[in-house]
This record gives sequence, C-alpha cells and structure tokens, in this order.
Amino acid sequence: MGDYIITTNPKRCIACHACEIACKSENNIPLEATLGKIVVLGPKMVNGKPKMSSVFVPCFHCEKAWCLEACPTEAIRRREKDGLVYIIESLCVGCKACIMACPWHIPQWNAETGKAIKCDLCMDRIDQGLEPACVSVCPTDALSFGRPEELSDKTRETYAHGLLERNLSATSVR
Amino acid sequence: MKKYINTLCFMCSVRCPIQVEVENEQVISIRGNPHVPAMNGGVCPKGVAAMAALNDTQRVQSPLIRTGERGSGQWKRVSWEEALDYTADRCKAIFDKYGAKSAVYCERANLISDISKSFQKAIGSPNHFTHDTVCKGSINTACRSMIGYTDGQINADWTNAKHVVLYGRNVFESVEIKAMNSFMAALEKGTKLTYIDPRVTITAAKAHDYKMIRPGGDLAFNYALMNIIIKEKLYDAPYVKRWVEGFNELSRFVDPYTPEWAEKETGLPAAEIVSLAREVSRVKPAVVFHYGYRGSHHPTEVYFRRSILILNALIGSIESKGGLFIKKGLKDAGYKAGLKTFSSQKFPEMEDKRRFDGCGQDKFPIADPAHGVGFMFPHAVINEDPYPIKVLFAFRYDPLLSNPDYNTNMKALQKLDLIVASDVNFGATTAMADVILPESFFLERSDPLQMGSGLKPAINRRIACVRPRFDTEPMWWIVKQLADRLGVGQYFPYETAEDIWKYQLADLDIKIEDFDETGSVSLSDKAIWWDRNDGINFKTPSGKIEVVSDLMESHGIPSLPAYEPLDRQPDAFRLMCGRCVAHTNVMTQNNLYLNHLVPENRLWINDRRAKELGIADNDRIEVASNAGKGEMRAFVTDLIHPEAAFMLHGFGHKEVDSKRSYGKGVADAMLQERHHDKIGGSPALDHTWITVKKL
Repeated sequence: MGDYIITTNPKRCIACHACEIACKSENNIPLEATLGKIVVLGPKMVNGKPKMSSVFVPCFHCEKAWCLEACPTEAIRRREKDGLVYIIESLCVGCKACIMACPWHIPQWNAETGKAIKCDLCMDRIDQGLEPACVSVCPTDALSFGRPEELSDKTRETYAHGLLERNLSATSVR
Repeated sequence: MKKYINTLCFMCSVRCPIQVEVENEQVISIRGNPHVPAMNGGVCPKGVAAMAALNDTQRVQSPLIRTGERGSGQWKRVSWEEALDYTADRCKAIFDKYGAKSAVYCERANLISDISKSFQKAIGSPNHFTHDTVCKGSINTACRSMIGYTDGQINADWTNAKHVVLYGRNVFESVEIKAMNSFMAALEKGTKLTYIDPRVTITAAKAHDYKMIRPGGDLAFNYALMNIIIKEKLYDAPYVKRWVEGFNELSRFVDPYTPEWAEKETGLPAAEIVSLAREVSRVKPAVVFHYGYRGSHHPTEVYFRRSILILNALIGSIESKGGLFIKKGLKDAGYKAGLKTFSSQKFPEMEDKRRFDGCGQDKFPIADPAHGVGFMFPHAVINEDPYPIKVLFAFRYDPLLSNPDYNTNMKALQKLDLIVASDVNFGATTAMADVILPESFFLERSDPLQMGSGLKPAINRRIACVRPRFDTEPMWWIVKQLADRLGVGQYFPYETAEDIWKYQLADLDIKIEDFDETGSVSLSDKAIWWDRNDGINFKTPSGKIEVVSDLMESHGIPSLPAYEPLDRQPDAFRLMCGRCVAHTNVMTQNNLYLNHLVPENRLWINDRRAKELGIADNDRIEVASNAGKGEMRAFVTDLIHPEAAFMLHGFGHKEVDSKRSYGKGVADAMLQERHHDKIGGSPALDHTWITVKKL
C-alpha cells in the first residue's frame, strides 16, 4: 500500500459504511463504484452467540502493480515519494485493461466519463497532512491510517501497556 | 477561500456537533466538530450523506400549491408571497367558521419548537404535538411519574458505567456519536454490556451477553430481576432508604414474580435472570438500565418503562457516577436566568382550552402536553371529537408514515380542509399537502440557539454554512410570515436569526461572537453532580423517587398493577419495528447514498418458522394484519425469535416526487394496528400480529 497502511479494528467497526459514503461524496465518485470497501461478516450466530467482524479493503497500491503494468497508455503512474498508484484521467482511454489485470478488480468504471477510476488513498488530502476521507470520517475510529512501521510500534505498545497495567493492579491488590 | 464552520447536524434528531468545510459555496466535507473530543472527528453515514441531500434536485425546490388530486404530484410553482397569502386566506376562512382550535400543528421537536408553540398560542389553538409522542410518550410519562423529570432531562453516564443493560436500545445503529464513543471506550476498559432484544442487532454482536427474549417479555424479566434484587438484598440499602418512596409496596408486589415464573414469559432461563441481578449488584451503583428507546412498545408500556427506572432506583444509580444523571442547565451552572423563550410571552386567553388529544386533560390526564398524544390525531379528525379539526400544519414531521395505521391516517388527512406542509423533501404527508412551504436544509439555515443541558451544560448554535440552493426559507421565517398574515406578528419580534439569538441571550452575559470559534459556549468546565446522599433534587411531590407515584395515584391510576401476560397467537408473528444505521425515521430513504446503502426493508422471519411456511430467503411474501397488508421480500434468519417478525421503519414511500424510495418495501405503519398505551400515550408499535405467506 505504497508507504502507508489502513488497518481495521473490527471491535470498533459498527458496519455503518460512513467510510464508503465519504469516499464517494467527497471524491465525486459515481454511486455504483466503491473504491474503498468495508467488508462485513455478520452479525451471525457462532456457538449460540451473535458475532461480527469486518475489514476495510482499499487499493493495496502494490509494489508490482498489475494495473500499472497492464495500462497501454501509461495513464496509471506511481508516485516517487510514497509509492501511491493513481490514474491520470486525461490519459485513460477507457480500455479497462487495468480492471481485468488487477486480481481484486480494484480499478472501477466511471460510466459518466467512460474512464477507469481507482483509490489513490486521497493523495491530495495526504499532501495536506490529512488522513484519507474514509479514515477521517469513521465515527468510531475503527480505521487507522499510518506507516507500517508506526503501526507495529503502536500496536505492541498498546498491547503491552494493557498487560503491564493489569499486572500492576493485580500486584497492588495482593 | 476555504472556511470551516462549526454547526449542528440535522440528518437525525441527535443534532451532533459537526464541522463543515466550505469553498465557493460548495460543501467539501463534513466531520465531527474537532472542539468536541467525543465526536472523534467523525460523522455517521447520514451526516456525510448530507452533502447529497443538500444538492438533491428531488427536494422541494419552491413554494408549491396543489393543482391535481391530493398526492398526485401535480403542483403549481408559486412565489412565497402567493403561497403564504393563500395559506393565510384559507386559514382565516376556516377559523371564522370553526375557530383557530380547528388547526393542529405537528412537528419534529427541534430548535424552533419554542417558536412553533408560540404560533399556536398566538392564533389561539391549544393543539400542538411533536414526533416525540410516537417514540417516547410513555417513557416521558414513566419518568415524570417516578422522578419528576422527563426522559429528555436525564441521560446515562456511558463513560463511567460498569454494567449497561439495554432493552432493544440499539446504540450502535442509532449512532448518537458522542454517547456511542464514550460507551465504546468504556467497553474497551471492561464495562459489561447486556443486550436484550428478540432480534440480533449490531449492538447485540458487541454485547458480552445477548438475550433473545420473547417479544414483549421485558416487563416480566424486570419484575423477576426486582424479585431477586430484593429477596437477596442486592439493592443499595442506604440509597433506597433515603430516596425510594414505596419500597415496601414494591417488595410485596414483586414477591410472586420469581425468575421461574418469568422463564415462561421471557423464554430465558431463570438462572440467567438471577445471575444478572447478582452481577449488576456487584458493581452498583455504576449501572445503567437504559429506559429508552424502542423495545417493547405495548399497551402496558408505561409500566415497562417504570420497571426499568425502578431497577435503577434499587441499584442506586440515579444521579450516581456511572449510572443515570439528571441533566444540568444554566441555573445549575450558576446563571440566574435561562435562554429567554418566545412562548413565555403573554398571549390572549384561549376561548376553548380543550385539546384535540385530551392530553393533560380528560383522555390522557398524566401524559405530557408539551409533546401531546399524536396518536389521537386521526381519531379527533374522523370523529370530530372533541370538535371539528380542519387544518393540519405538518412542519418537518410526517404523521402519515410515523403513526400506526396508515389507512386510518390517510382517511383523516383526506377529511381535512387544508394541509400545510413544510419540509425539505417530499415526505408522505408533504405529498398530500395543499400547499408546501419548503424549509431550507440545515446546512443552509441558522436556527435558534440550543440549550445543551447535561453534566457539563453548554449552549450550541446551528449556523448557515452555504446559501440556499433553491427557493426555500428557514422555518422561523415561515412561521413569522404566517403569523403576520393572521394578525399576530407582534409575538415574533425578529427579522433575522441574529435577532432571535439576541432575544434568547437577553438575560445572559453571553455574546453571539462567543459562539464563533467552537460553535458553542460552555457553561461549566467540570461535570455537575448533585450529592447522591442528600442533594438530589427529584421533582416529585415527595422529593423522592416515587415507585408509588403521586402523579398516578392522584389520577386513579395504579402504580403497581398486577402483571397481565400479552396474548399469544401461535400461527402469527408479533411485528416489531426499528431502525438501522442508514436511515432516520421516514426522512432519509430517498437520499442518494442512504437509499443506495439500504434501499428497501425486508421482513425478518425466523428460519424454522419460514421453513414451515415454505418461505426461502429473499422470497416475495405478502404480509398482512387487521390494519392493512403489503408485499415485500423475506429475510430468513436465525437472528430473530421465532414468535417475532421485524421490519425497518420508514419504507413503503408512495410519494411520486421521491423517485428513489418510491414503492420500495412496506411501511410498518401500513400493518400496525391502532393499539396504544392509554396512560403514557405512546402507540403500541410492537403489538400487532401479522401473518405471512409466500407469493
């Protein structure tokens, strides 16, 4: 995903789809195209208890991007500075090669313009120091945006802090 | 140039504080107000879909006068002058014959309610009701009977609660963002959630303990909890001794309602009821038994809501950290005065004070006249009881799809001489109107200031972010224009929103500029709690929590009547209705994005029962009750109790101008029969039996 990663905390996700609607409405994406998609499983009964889980699936901005390699007009480019893969709309001829090449069919079709569109992680927002629309709109902070190395640090620290807190309070009780 | 404007959302009645990014009169983004930490900077799908609502060409774009049959969608575009003159002239002719009392004004309670109520008082009609009467009339009555405050004057301390018990209160789909995030943070720190509902919701999936109760079993469940809490002395004894009036009567009353007895009513094992009673007692008083909303709406609802409040009283949670709290206002924060209201002016004496609904009078002596009993509207119109009703002002509220029994409501609407609607969209009642006075969308208008009572009271402001897209006006302007034409304009001493704000702030040392930076003025830095040992100001005659209620007993209404089981119909399904995250009541089904997200409602039916009826998932089915019928698709699932069926509220729109939602799904109102709680005034929305067959 270029130099970035979006992670989902399924415990916090309430399957409200605000992420998808912000993506569509703020990037002027046609109704039928969902560039960043929240995939929800459940609620369903598991051993008599209702459970659910979810994961957010935007474009992965692959290192070796199938879409980019398939594009005959070099409309799909990768940003030098952070590896984001994006489409230059004026160069797209609407051949759909990218859509077919991508194993997840992440590039989608804009019927109004007759061109392919894809998630660019809101790179204009990133350049302003903001998070992508999907992440920033999430009402429960279920989505996090960052660099993979930060994520690892943050997760380990949060987890270990929790453990240490528990140990500390358990000790003080004794 | 880019601007960031802090205002209040109105995609639903929560009115979250939001920040709107605007450039060249276009809304670029909508987010949570960053000055309000619990918003987490986010908004819900409805909030973000406000951008589509703003620019929607299917909105009401100008004042309209009907030219074809009611509901035909044939309109004449007119000027404001013509629409207002037409409305006022028709009203004058009708009032000359039947009096102004023949006009009923209904609305979604909101920031201009004070002005709406002033309008009715000024023209001389006692008839005003709000949407609140449908969802929570009985909750309101239950609260006032026990603590002297309405449900709107209390709230839950989600942040500090240790155990929360919800009865169909689907917090993670109704999405009151601040409360939801506070609660989510509490859950991460170990707060327990027990969720009770015949249907699995998102909230059920987040709960530690989900109980699939029989539909309508909640009251029996609560009586059994009380039985154990009292028998095992699990209650907060000093609190009960100090604050609870009628504990001995309660002890005697719940004695026969054992968990074993409740097992038959609820379908839940007695042992589970006992263990919940013990569990909540261990963390008392930081316990919330939530009193609203949804869950069992039956004719006995006022007693169900009272039972929830009694549990809070026993566990000592009312005005305790982590429990329920009484909202604090300006006076509690040390101010001498409150926001000045228009409705407190001196109005001419009304010639006939009898209300159309008998609320606070003969028919519903203890229901709250501040909200009325909207359920009685069709009864009053059709039977001319207590007198003929001729005019309906349906302002930002849709009684046709919100109240039970669509066909009867339709009959009442057809009998009226004049329907005046004010709405942003073509709602069901709006589509039936004779004249439409279109309101500006919330992003296009400034409104009266909001008193945000709470632990930390504040005053909040909605301010226009962009200019109106179409020929629309704010409601306070529309009401004043009508008042002017009816000769009572003097009660509306303003021209602009700024004039209204100045009027409201007249008695306070707060300036309009004080709202500019954050959108609100905070009145207290720290949470205001009263001393739970001796300083709680219950507004009941005894100053205590009245399990035996003076309000009820003095009107000959028993506080603790013997439990009466609901009827059973083994071949039918008990119809429940409710909400999902995408939609608000009947208002958002035609929104571009929200319609796309949840385009229609399906009937949830239990997989085993569906199999018996030969119904497979997604089959077309006919759903019928004694009130009406409809065709929709089935959602066959193990996520619902076999005796219940469920449908989302708000579908079945037949307004030709709302093209996306037209004809999608079935209105719950079409099937709901006219049952109601005769004490609290709420319609019994979950009381109807329906039959289902495959088409």
